[in-house]
Parts: sequence; C-alpha cells; structure tokens
Amino acid sequence: MKVTIDDISIDVPPGTTILEAARMIGENVPPTMCYYSKLEGSGGKCRSCLVKVTKGSEKDPRPMPKLVASCRTNVMDGMEVKNTTSPEVLQARKSVTEFLLINHPIDCPVCDQAGECDLQDLSYEHGLSKSRYDFKKRIFDLIDIGENIQMHMTRCIMCYRCVMVADQLTPERVHGVLNRGEASEISTYIQKAIDNEFSGNMIDVCPVGALTDKTFRFKSRVWFTKPVYAHRDCKTCSGKVTLWYQGAEVLRVTGRKNKWHEVEEFICNDCRFHKKNTEDWVIESAATISRHSVISQNLNVYEKPVIHKKLQEKPKSE
Amino acid sequence: MGVQLLLEHLNKPEINTIDGYIKQGGYRTLDKVLGKMTPDEVTEEVKTAGLRGRGGAGFPTGMKWSFLDKSTDKPRYLLCNADESEPGTFKDRLLMEKIPHLLIEGMIVSSYALGCRTSYIYIRGEYMFILRILEKAIKEAYAKGFLGENIKGSGYSLDLYVHPGAGAYICGEETALIESLEGKRGNPRIKPPFPAVSGLWGCPTIVNNVESIAAVVPILNMGGSEYAKIGIGRSTGTKLISASGNINKPGVYEIELGLPVEEFIYSDEYCGGIKGGLDIKACVPGGSSVPILPKSLLFKESNGNPRLMSYESLSEGGFETGSMLGSGGFIVYDEKQCIVKNTWTFARFYHHESCGQCSPCREGTIWLDKVLYNIEHGLGKESDIDLLWDIQHGIEGNTICPLGDAAAWPVAAAIRHFRHEFEYHVKYPHRVKDDDHVYQPEMNYTTA
Repeated sequence: MKVTIDDISIDVPPGTTILEAARMIGENVPPTMCYYSKLEGSGGKCRSCLVKVTKGSEKDPRPMPKLVASCRTNVMDGMEVKNTTSPEVLQARKSVTEFLLINHPIDCPVCDQAGECDLQDLSYEHGLSKSRYDFKKRIFDLIDIGENIQMHMTRCIMCYRCVMVADQLTPERVHGVLNRGEASEISTYIQKAIDNEFSGNMIDVCPVGALTDKTFRFKSRVWFTKPVYAHRDCKTCSGKVTLWYQGAEVLRVTGRKNKWHEVEEFICNDCRFHKKNTEDWVIESAATISRHSVISQNLNVYEKPVIHKKLQEKPKSE
Repeated sequence: MGVQLLLEHLNKPEINTIDGYIKQGGYRTLDKVLGKMTPDEVTEEVKTAGLRGRGGAGFPTGMKWSFLDKSTDKPRYLLCNADESEPGTFKDRLLMEKIPHLLIEGMIVSSYALGCRTSYIYIRGEYMFILRILEKAIKEAYAKGFLGENIKGSGYSLDLYVHPGAGAYICGEETALIESLEGKRGNPRIKPPFPAVSGLWGCPTIVNNVESIAAVVPILNMGGSEYAKIGIGRSTGTKLISASGNINKPGVYEIELGLPVEEFIYSDEYCGGIKGGLDIKACVPGGSSVPILPKSLLFKESNGNPRLMSYESLSEGGFETGSMLGSGGFIVYDEKQCIVKNTWTFARFYHHESCGQCSPCREGTIWLDKVLYNIEHGLGKESDIDLLWDIQHGIEGNTICPLGDAAAWPVAAAIRHFRHEFEYHVKYPHRVKDDDHVYQPEMNYTTA
C-alpha cells in the first residue's frame, strides 16, 4: 500500500497506521502522548497526533472531513496525509498542547521526569511561551500507591497507558480511572497499593512525571547520569535493561527505550528496584540515547522539528 | 394541527396498557411484517420513507440499517437509545411514558428487519419511573406472545430488555452507550470500527433513537412511499419538538417537517407566542448543543426564504447563518434574556458531562466554563472574548466524540451573533453583577 505523508511516499503493509508509516519514513513524525505501540488499544486520547487526510484512498479520493488521530487510523492505498505541511494541523496541535498544559503544574525543576518528558518536548515544539490560563490549576491529593512508585496525579495527562500496562502485563489491575471530566484521576480504589511483579513498567510508559521511581527520587537530574546497556539472568523477565550511572553508582534501572521513547521489553520489579550494583549486571555497551532526551541536546542529536519549507514560504493566512 | 403519526392516540383511554393500545390499532404491523415481508423488504420500506435519525445527527435510518455487517454469523443487536439527556429535549420521555407500546412495537419490527435475536432499550437513570412503565409494558407484550419465542407463529423470536444508565450525558453517544451497556466506564470508543461492524460485545450493532424506532411503526402501517409524502424535500415525516423557554405553551408538539418557524412559535396550535407579549431575541432550535440563532436569522434564511422546521432549512448556510434541527429541543429566548448567562449555563453543563478521555474536551470545557463565569459575573477582560473563540476552535472537531463539538458550537454561535453582549459584560462589569441583569441595546454606551 502506498501512502504519502507530507509529499514523501512509502509502501507499507495493510493494517499499518498513519503514525507507523510516518515512523517508517522517519521525518516529520506526529508527536504521541498516549499512543504506545507495545500496548494494545492505546492511543487516540491525547489528540496531539492529529493529521489531515487530504485524499482518503485511490478508490475514494474524498478528503476526510475532520482531522484524524494518526495513531488509530489505518492507511488506505493511495492515501495522502498532511502533517507539518498543514497549518490546520499545526493549529490543532498548538491547541492540544495548550490544553494539556493548562492544568499541568509545570514543576519541571523538581520533577524527576524532566529531561525525558514527552510533554516537555511537545510544549517546546508546539507550545506558547506564555500561558493564557489565569485560573487556579487543578490539584490532587498525593496518594501512596506502594513503596517503589511515586504517584503525582497533578502532573498526569490521562493517557491511560499505565492502566493498559496493568491490564496487559499483570494478572489483576488494581488501579484505574475514577470520576469523569476534568476531575477524573488515576487512582486505586480506597488507596490500595499497586503490588505486583511488573508494576514498575508504569513508570516507563508514563509520558510525564506522574509516575516516577521512588528509589531514584531526587537523586540526580537525568542528564547528569550516563545510560549503559546491561543484562542479567532473570527468571521473570528478559533482564535486558538500561543502567543509569552517576560515577560508579547505579542510580536507576529502566527498560531499554527505542527512538520513539518506547521500551522494547518490559522488565520486572526485581531488576528495576533491587539490583542496583554493577556486580548484578553484565555490561554491554553505552546506550544510544532517545531522541526525546535532552541529554542528546548536548550532543547535537536533538533537533527541533522544522516546519516544512513550503509552509514557511507561504504568507501567513491568519 | 397537521398529521399526527406518533402522538395520534396520546389522549385515548388506557393507551398505556396493551389492550388500550391494541384497541387503537396497535401491533398491526406484526401481522403485516413478521413472516410476510423479508427483513430486507422492511429495510427497503424504511429507506423509501426517507426516515432520518431523530436523535440529532439526522443520518438516514434505512441507510444505517443497510450498513449492518451481515457477513458474520455473530449475533446482531439493536439498541434503542433512550438516554435522552440533551438540555431542552424531552420528547422521548413523553413517548415512552404515555405510549410505551409504540416503542415496543417499533423495536419488534426493527429487530426483525435487522435479524436481531436480542435487543436492548438503554434508558437514562433519571427516567427510572419510565423504566418501570416500560418493564410493565414488556411483560404485557410477553404475555400476549408479541415477544419471546416464535412471535405469533412466525418463527421469529425476540427478547427485549430495558437497561438503565447511571446518569451520564455521554452515554447517549452510541459507542459510550455500548461501553456502558457492557458494564464498563462510559467512554466513547474511537471510530472506526463503527458499531454496525463491531459494536456490543464486538458484534454488529445498530443504535437508534426512541423516536426513530417509534416512527418505523407508522411507516410500515402506511407504507414508505406514503410516509415520504409528508414533510418537505429530504426531511420526510413528522418530528416531535420539545418546545421550552419564554413561550406561552411549552410542551411536546408533533409537527410535519417543513412547518415555518414563525408559525411554530406564534401559532396558537403550537407555542402560542412569546410570554408576556415580549419580543423574541433568539432561539436554540435543536437542543443545547446546536448553535443559537438570533431573531434576524430565525424566521428568514440568509437568501430571504422563510425558515422552515426541517433538517435542510435550519442548517442553511452552515453555522454562519444557520443552525441544526438536532434532537428537536426548541428553546426560545425573549428580549430580556442574557445570552452570556445562557452560554455559561450550557458550558457548565458540558464541563460537568465531559468524560475526560481526550484532552481538548477534558481541559477545554472547564476553561470555557471558567472564562464564561468571569464574563457573566463582571470579572471578564476584553481579551477573554477572543480567548473563548480560540478555545472553542481548539475543541471543535479535535475530539473523539461529538461532545466536544456540542460544547464548542453554542459558544461559537453566541460570540458570532451576540458579540456585543459579551462586550457589554466586559465594559460594564458593575451593571452585570446582579443575577437578573438584562442586556439593553438602547443603553447609552458612552456613559458608564
């Protein structure tokens, strides 16, 4: 199947979503806050990946009337998609970013996620420099969900990823979404602890700092730590991890994340929280750094996505 | 009064019981349809009638039925959407409360047309008393053999259940309704797949409004082509309109589509004019989520033709000069009403009812609510009006389900047609502080 995204064509197998096709191209990829390719049924909620379909397919060339969520829309043969070349899409993305930020505390200076936060990237690329929201932000009480995971609901953007991790990795989900609308929150019913072997993966999938590692809490900024690939024999998981070093000390253990900031293999809590000595691990190599990480900014790897040239040439329509 | 198809027997004695209903010619369609017509013929009849969905979107019912995926051997389901929660709309309530058997008869023949073995009526939790009425009526229908195994010896069997919701507006959206019926949190699903392919428990499902299903009965009684003669153009048949607001005779009226709006408001047969002899200021013709129309656009289309109560005429010119027929919640405002306050009331409703799944709606509706609260209470700024416009623009079309649009449209229309009122609120905050304040156009702007 042939699909054209921002004037670049690619052949993809049937059943591929627009977002996956864009990732195959590798340029001008729509941002994702809730979609996670490893989690079934994820995506479609944050609306930051909206794109414009200017031609439905070869058979039915009508454009789609609304912007569509690229993570949940399958490509059709001959489909033409506009991402960064469409001012409408950029405007919608700007709005979505603004909506996501109005109730976000923006407490990056004290947030452990800072430096590898998807929301930081999104607002850097599409956000306004000043908030137009002059009301009190929404806050939630801190709740304790166990000894390893720090939950900070105020930062949450309701991507539902952690709910899906619990559904798809663990035998029994004890947390979920309570209430509705802007009052909805991720919580456990009557503040039960989330306690199972794979619960730590909630931290890896969280796009913001709503779920962070208690064993790493306030130890260091992520950009001062050095990621190293390592593995060990683990009975419950693959044992393939990234160790985050500061000096000779392992500060944090996470799953290995790919270019799209998604872990390749989920790891168990034992590896994540309790194996913090170099002796526990077989070191492989220095880790390649996710494109999302600000660490890569120092290495000139991270580039702010350029707005398509065509669009820049045009005089502003609005 | 024009043709009465649904409410014809409304005031007949004991119409709420099965015997009273049969006496008025009820359940005739079962003899005519079951076993005598093929399901496809019934669908064809509804298509010929040109019946359009009465729940708000106005999608042709017959066409929706023909989208049902018949290639699988999975069971199919017909769901009746009785989650009537739109502010301003209360037509289904009357229909189900007074003539419950009309809906049940419609469910039986519609289920037959779609080949369903089990069908559900999903009713909003606030209508618990109607749920009891419906359950009693269903019991009566079972006793007569109109429901259950082998209905009237035709070999067709159907089980019908009523299921109450828990009081969420969002569960009137068809995929949220399906989720809720499955026992999950009422979050709308992301389409596609559409329910006609994968709906309730992953099976092909059709969701129809109460009035659409009830209208199938007169269509089959009189024949699709006869039905299509009523109404105007592609808006065929009759429509229940719930009239409310500052009118002399609020209530539910069955009108022939194509009735002039002016006649509907001022005729003694219908609304009976504006209360207290005041002038009309604006009107929301289709329930809270459709754009508001000012007086200047209400009676005349932008091309000068009289505006009619029909799907096409009310939406003439898009949202610049038109609105929508929607679900028929006709709300009239007299000249003393404050549009800003009204818009805030609607925004508050959508803020409260947003499911919180997708970000533009979750965050946008609360923002609209807060900004409108400020403007209404004399705390607004000049820039707030443009901000409102930006917010609604950011919500509209960017959400998973139409609730985002429903929240954005009233705000957009209010600013489009009544921007001067918003400006008045911002300029003269001290004049709008009390609750009964009125925007008076003759007030001198220069002296504060």
